[in-house]
Amino acid sequence: MPDLLLELFSEEIPARMQAKAADDLRRMVTDKLVAEGLVYEGAKAFATPRRLALTVHGIPARQPDLKTERRGPKVGAPDAAVQGFLKATGLKSLEEAKIQRDPKGDFYIGLIEKPGRDAIDVLAEILPVIIRTFPWPKSMRWGARSGKPGSLNWVRPLHAITATFGLETEQPDVVKFEVDGIEAGQTTYGHRFLAPAPIQVRRFEDYEAKLLAAKVVLDPERRKDAILSDAKQLAFAQGFELVEDQNLLDEVAGLVEWPIVLMGSFEPEFLKTPDEVIRATIRNNQKCFVVRDPRTGKLANKFILVANIEATDGGATIIAGNERVIRARLSDAKFFYETDLKTKLEDRLAKFEQIVFHEKLGTQAERIKRIERLAAEIAPLVGADVGKATRAAHLAKADLLTEVVGEFPEVQGLMGKYYALAQGEDASVAAACEEHYKPQGPADRVPTDPVSVAVALADKIDTLVGFWAIDEKPTGSKDPYALRRAALGVIRVVLDNQIKISLREVAREHLERSYGKQYLEVAEKLDDLMVFFEDRLKVQLRDQRARYDLVDAVLNSGSLVQGHPLVVIVRRVEALGKFLDSDDGKNLLAGTKRASNILSIEEKKDKRLYHGAPNAALYNLDEEKALAEAIDEVQVEASAAVAKEDFAAAMSAMAKLRPPVDAFFDKVRVNDDDPKVRENRLKLLNEIRSATRAVADFSKIQD
Amino acid sequence: MDASLPAHMRPERSFQGFILALQRFWAEQGCVILQPYDMEMGAGTFHPATTLRALGPKPWNAAYVQPSRRPKDGRYGENPNRMQHYYQFQVIMKPSPPNLQELYLKSLAAIGIDSAVHDIRFVEDDWESPTLGAWGLGWECWCDGMEVSQFTYFQQVAGFECAPVAGELTYGLERLAMYVQGVDRVYDLNFNGREGEAKVTYGDVFLQAEQEYSRHNFEHADTAMLFEQFKMAEAACRKYLDAGWREGNRKEHLMALPAYDQCIKASHVFNLLDARGVISVTERQSYILRVRELAKACGEAWIHTEAGGAA
Repeated sequence: MPDLLLELFSEEIPARMQAKAADDLRRMVTDKLVAEGLVYEGAKAFATPRRLALTVHGIPARQPDLKTERRGPKVGAPDAAVQGFLKATGLKSLEEAKIQRDPKGDFYIGLIEKPGRDAIDVLAEILPVIIRTFPWPKSMRWGARSGKPGSLNWVRPLHAITATFGLETEQPDVVKFEVDGIEAGQTTYGHRFLAPAPIQVRRFEDYEAKLLAAKVVLDPERRKDAILSDAKQLAFAQGFELVEDQNLLDEVAGLVEWPIVLMGSFEPEFLKTPDEVIRATIRNNQKCFVVRDPRTGKLANKFILVANIEATDGGATIIAGNERVIRARLSDAKFFYETDLKTKLEDRLAKFEQIVFHEKLGTQAERIKRIERLAAEIAPLVGADVGKATRAAHLAKADLLTEVVGEFPEVQGLMGKYYALAQGEDASVAAACEEHYKPQGPADRVPTDPVSVAVALADKIDTLVGFWAIDEKPTGSKDPYALRRAALGVIRVVLDNQIKISLREVAREHLERSYGKQYLEVAEKLDDLMVFFEDRLKVQLRDQRARYDLVDAVLNSGSLVQGHPLVVIVRRVEALGKFLDSDDGKNLLAGTKRASNILSIEEKKDKRLYHGAPNAALYNLDEEKALAEAIDEVQVEASAAVAKEDFAAAMSAMAKLRPPVDAFFDKVRVNDDDPKVRENRLKLLNEIRSATRAVADFSKIQD
Repeated sequence: MDASLPAHMRPERSFQGFILALQRFWAEQGCVILQPYDMEMGAGTFHPATTLRALGPKPWNAAYVQPSRRPKDGRYGENPNRMQHYYQFQVIMKPSPPNLQELYLKSLAAIGIDSAVHDIRFVEDDWESPTLGAWGLGWECWCDGMEVSQFTYFQQVAGFECAPVAGELTYGLERLAMYVQGVDRVYDLNFNGREGEAKVTYGDVFLQAEQEYSRHNFEHADTAMLFEQFKMAEAACRKYLDAGWREGNRKEHLMALPAYDQCIKASHVFNLLDARGVISVTERQSYILRVRELAKACGEAWIHTEAGGAA
């Protein structure tokens, strides 16, 4: 079956857009083909800085013929109806129609055959539409045609379209179409500098090979592989190790069609600047990689650049040019760093009085004061020195005003640590300047130093409480202040460090003290914030593939909203999970559910609830008595264990319910003929439900 | 490069030769070579030959040097490449020709940048000027890792769609010349291409000015006067715009250019006030908005003039 080759050749496409564009092109073309009844065998799309390319192979040469039946008028219907039918079906006379009998009579049936079209004609129709409606994040107009309305929008000027269709064994045909004055053809171009001449291509195989000969590596993955292995090789040959950087690799591979990896160096004196600053400078501004000394782990005074040409001088000019720029950039960075070191962190804080954090939440200075107070409150609860926690909270944001962080926002916190150490702060205080931002994402480390923990919690809880106070909560996909991340951060810090605090209590005090009473409905806001935490907890457990449904099961017995500590809730969830993995747990869950089901059916039927204590005098079977006794015993035992937060013991107590519950369902008919006995048995079932509630609401557990 | 040039006129030897080579190249492409606009402005884009001429359907090809003033970028002559006054070389072609990228690369060859040994790259850079109500898409052009030019397809100027689109090139002249001459400090650039006694450097011409203007921009510029000037320029701009409509109906405008001069003035005065640090963060936004409103009104007037109107 024939193959399609499509290439859209343009001026330089932004690196960050290439991968998605290739994917969109593949998806749009293949979706349209399938919608047109052309089921293909495979498709692959590619992008370079100057082209999007797509190959779809195994497309049928023609669409299948479409046959549809159309029901016409009754036999003997008036002529007008018959004429209308003939016109609609394209039949010449009623002779060509079939007659079909059904209970309402005999009807004419017209068979309409719509012959499939040649796939190449279908392509000629769909490709220009796809090009005109292509979803670039930002697109533009250009040239003389942009003077008229309706001109093509593309990411940058589009220069040529290659579109061929045909069998592997034959000369393929050009898919004939035109978009905004550009005729689809078979001509593309090689590398801008190394092989700019036009190239005639027929199908994907010769296209890819000819491009390679014309110094264009079509496949971005091949370019990445080549860059990575050459870069590693080059570093290794000099006794260094490449500092790998996937995002940078992706970007750089989108800036070149013919990657040439070169190594340059800079003056060793720049290495006095922190490694992270050097790396940010070289990476962000110059899109170059850095290398480290494998023995020390420290950066070496080398960098790796990826050029787009094989220079006639072997790259000497390119290396020299890049070295000049990097030297200038590093000397700026070094100057920033050294300038920063001249000012103490606390001397920067006055400026925060002029910087608004949020119009309703005041200035950064006010925010820092709140965090300080809260960190001091939390410190004793997490075993941190109050003085150190306060000091750390005081200084933690100061690096935002330094030159280096102004230039490279990604080193915020880290620079705070360096500057704090440089001015002789306590090691924990300095560490907290960096670590209080953590954890930033699922892969990020959770702080463990008590001072860092106190400030990290204070920072995040202040943010959450503040935005809850002014009713700026995340909605749907909108979370501009990253409040979900903050809540998740609190959860991880609390759980990883096993901190037994009531989030509600901490939040309540902070809300009342720091945000004043002008915010009404304090209780309501706290409820809402605690539910937000509970939801984050479920998401967190789900992401860890843990039983997040168990959260709901235990929340009824003790929630954040009620002021229970998070660690206790999670321990309870874990104990419940373990219990449910055991045979006793599974059977008890089944028994409890069965009891609940029977109850709800009967309660519905009788339009009443069967609450209240059963009457022991009405038990007439041993199994009933045994169950009632077990329930009493288990309830006491489990409640006592729960009170001691010994959830494992509570679960073992629960396990004792299993044999009598099983025996009860085995031997006892709930719907006894005597209504009094029946009522009593239903009440006993209800007792099972309430007994299990001492540890969890089993009805919330998914099977 | 023209081999017949005397040594002191070669672009890699002299700053002025470098500028002349660019002018000559773009003249060959049919551009009118203009002289700098006689007002202070932050970038070559502000020149009416770009801002206003980019609007309207009539073809327009021009190139010129524009001294650019960025009061905040002054460093008292102590930074090797940051100055409050520098030169931009500006090319505008409307409609953008299909081979504008090739022309640009040839212009680099004309000033001695050979694409066989230099790594020239077009790196995404979307351009936006909040004060001009303008935006476009294009690239920063890199040569061996250094940004040497800005390449933009104007989509909108003064709040109006560009139809047709103009292509704009901006060369940072000092930076490019430093690269070509191989010097690390702008003040060491050879200005006139001569050696020995006869040599004049960029520092000879501009170092004192950088020191004096840095003092002026950061410490002494008369802010009371500047606040007043801003208001006056803004009012004058509005006044000329109102008065310019022929017979008071909004069909034909007769004073778009003088009105736009006042917009340029207001913009520069704002930059000076900003450098003096007397405009707060919130006020800053509102000043930018006020200049943009002027620019938009001037654009509106311009498209009702002979040069800016329908062909």
